[in-house]
Amino acid sequence: MTRTGTRREARAALGGILAAAVMAIAGTAVAQEKVLRVGMTAADIPYPAGQPDQGFEGFRFMGYMLYDPLVLWDLSSADKPAALIPGLAESWSVDATDKTKWTFKLRQGVKYHDGGEFTADDVLWNFEVARDTKAKHYDPKQAAQIATRIPDLKEIRKVDKYTIEIITHTPTAYVPYQVSFWFMPSKAHWEKVGSWEAFAKQPVGTGPWKLQRLVPRERAEMVGHKEYWNPKRVPKVDRIILLPIPEASARTAALLSRQVDWIEAPSPDTIPRLKQAGMQIVTNGYPHNWAIAPSRAAGSPWNDVRVRKAANLCIDREGINQLLGGLSLPAKGHMPPGDTWFGKPKFELGYRPDEARKMMAEAGFSGSKKLTVKIAISTSGSGQMQPLPMFEAIQANLNECFFNVTAEVMEWNALTAFARNPANHPDIVKAGVDSVIISRAIQDPFSAFDRFYLPNRIPPGGSNWGMVDDPEYTALLKKASQSFDLETQNLVLGEMHAALVDKAEWIWVTHDVNPRALARNVKGFVQAKSWFQDLTPVTKD
Amino acid sequence: MLGYILRRTLYTVPIVLGVTMLCFALVYLGPSDPLSAILPEDAPKELIDRIKKEYGLDKPLPVQYAVWLGKAVTGDLGTSIATRRLVAEEIPPALFNSLLLAVLASALAFAVGTLLGAIAGYFHGRPIDRVVTAIAVTGVSVPHYWLAIVLVIIFSVEWDILPSMGMGPDGSTDFRLTGENLRHLILPTVALSVIPMAIVARTVREAVRETMSQEFVQALWAKGLTGRRVLGHVAKNAAPTILAVMGLQLGYLLGGSILIETVFAWPGTGLLLNNSIFSRDIPMLQGVILVLALFFVALNLLVDIMQAALDPRIKR
Repeated sequence: MTRTGTRREARAALGGILAAAVMAIAGTAVAQEKVLRVGMTAADIPYPAGQPDQGFEGFRFMGYMLYDPLVLWDLSSADKPAALIPGLAESWSVDATDKTKWTFKLRQGVKYHDGGEFTADDVLWNFEVARDTKAKHYDPKQAAQIATRIPDLKEIRKVDKYTIEIITHTPTAYVPYQVSFWFMPSKAHWEKVGSWEAFAKQPVGTGPWKLQRLVPRERAEMVGHKEYWNPKRVPKVDRIILLPIPEASARTAALLSRQVDWIEAPSPDTIPRLKQAGMQIVTNGYPHNWAIAPSRAAGSPWNDVRVRKAANLCIDREGINQLLGGLSLPAKGHMPPGDTWFGKPKFELGYRPDEARKMMAEAGFSGSKKLTVKIAISTSGSGQMQPLPMFEAIQANLNECFFNVTAEVMEWNALTAFARNPANHPDIVKAGVDSVIISRAIQDPFSAFDRFYLPNRIPPGGSNWGMVDDPEYTALLKKASQSFDLETQNLVLGEMHAALVDKAEWIWVTHDVNPRALARNVKGFVQAKSWFQDLTPVTKD
Repeated sequence: MLGYILRRTLYTVPIVLGVTMLCFALVYLGPSDPLSAILPEDAPKELIDRIKKEYGLDKPLPVQYAVWLGKAVTGDLGTSIATRRLVAEEIPPALFNSLLLAVLASALAFAVGTLLGAIAGYFHGRPIDRVVTAIAVTGVSVPHYWLAIVLVIIFSVEWDILPSMGMGPDGSTDFRLTGENLRHLILPTVALSVIPMAIVARTVREAVRETMSQEFVQALWAKGLTGRRVLGHVAKNAAPTILAVMGLQLGYLLGGSILIETVFAWPGTGLLLNNSIFSRDIPMLQGVILVLALFFVALNLLVDIMQAALDPRIKR
């Protein structure tokens, strides 16, 4: 062996060792990357540019992950209802003399994903995105999504770089709730890319997660935003992969075959199998409502309070809970039991069919003279749980109490379009429908009460499909919206809730418990009593 | 032959136009509207009207259709209402993904179906014919989405040997012909191939049986040809019918795999179409239907031409 040959061999050996070491280090780095794969119920990745679509699942997995609103929800506790906390705004207050003027002090030093700074200009610019139809950056899609969330905002003024004033059409204490749904994409980044189409491919927000890759209908990959303004909420896993898997059995199979670590909304019949495989089933009550909203239009069979109360007493909610594999919270009212706004209603919901039949008899009905009602319901849909089996159970219950219940079954989008007309609309009257079942988010005072029970919210003004027009509700809701002290506001909303239950305004059935199944190695998740969840503390062994 | 091809090509224009027109009308005839995907459920009417105007959906239906068609002929299929993504950019990758599945499923279906059908037809009336017929009837009768779920339960959940969803660990954009990615193809391909396999088997059986009973086959036997050579002649005579069925099946597989793609979360045109239908996303729906209709028509044209080449009598 020559010296040259020995050196060459030595260099080659050294090179090989170095290459192997580099590969080993890289391999270790790859192997150590902690990836959380989540199977969503949505059929597509929620819209990533600003205000998301796909309902509150879009808010959960895109909105609150990539962006922040001025006011956030506290999602750190599983025990108490999620309350509002400072977000991009550190504090806010209403003017002592002019209750239409709110001052928001913005958090300083908040960085966008591209390193830019969040300031008052971003808030003003985002208001134009939603409202100024002549602005270059106006986006009809985002405008449509946010319009019903910030209805009272009239104008936004810049006081200084870190202070803004929000002017409302009329005095309302709900401004903090409204802005909690409104996300702040980066003005500077939009101006750099020039269109919302381009922004959607590379969105920039201030949220705890940064979008790294998006394949339509397949996956969105996010990594942690290490410079997030709240160090406690810097994500613990390195990467999260969101996969749209709308088919419930496909989601379950994906979890059982270890293709995902987390699935949203497993169907109740798969829970025993998931548990058997060692999966964690996580549930918690949250502001969700599954109820029959009756028509209160002239001539409706539901106008008699005895009929509404009888229906409320004739539904076996525990039986429905069993049907749902225990994944529901039997209703005691419009809000879930224990909610801040539950109040002290006197009328107690329960399954007391004898009492119900007595009330129906007083209202003039009997076994030979049944009251015919027709309920519009969807085959599936956002938050609708298991609508048809649940309907059949309710139908069987009510038919035992001198009702003759029939259904108008339609597809989810068709049902929501159907309910955009009031109960006395000729098409609805022609269909013979006098009640609808649409599950509802009841997260804030407006979405929980105002939109259903104020006369100015009768379609086309909102979601008061049943045309409820009760002076007591109107007065209480006005009082609540004018109560700028949160404690007082909550007390008034409790009174409102008690009034609703005492008049059996709706026929409340159940509340979803937001089930999700997690692989056994997923740790640190706290399921908040909210439609939204925080994935930043989640780890994976 | 050129005249025949031109004539057949011209016939396809009204077919494609008719399909798009019908779909456009059907979406509007159904309940709900194209804005349901982007509007909150409690959107007031004034907001709906304003957004409708901004998307040009307030114009009369024929005007909307004419505007869409005018742009479509220039290759501009518009922008999805639901996702804000360009329709022309969305369709090609989805079409590739579906095509991959359809071609593999067709190859499997045609190979196995032809083999089974030929055996059954050749041994007409014998026990093996009955067995094949029973398999074919079962294959046609089994709902393929149910079969898909059963396959997932067995191979993914219980035995944990094949993946249950997706195009690979890194998704379709990073799809390469690697062992891991190919494993993702197995279950959807098998589930998708069962119905066409059964149809092809039945068609081939009938075609072979019918051809076998013709006089020229008796003449071939009388001339002392071997069974294999007789089967070759039979196959050539039965080919036009079989080809037509195969062409149709490939077309169906491309456009009709909505359920399979949903069960396996396979990002193809079926899934795209499914999402578009449920979100009433008219530009996307129209774009996908137009492309699929063009594909289907082109496929049929190709089959017609191949049939004419195999049997010149068809040209007449």
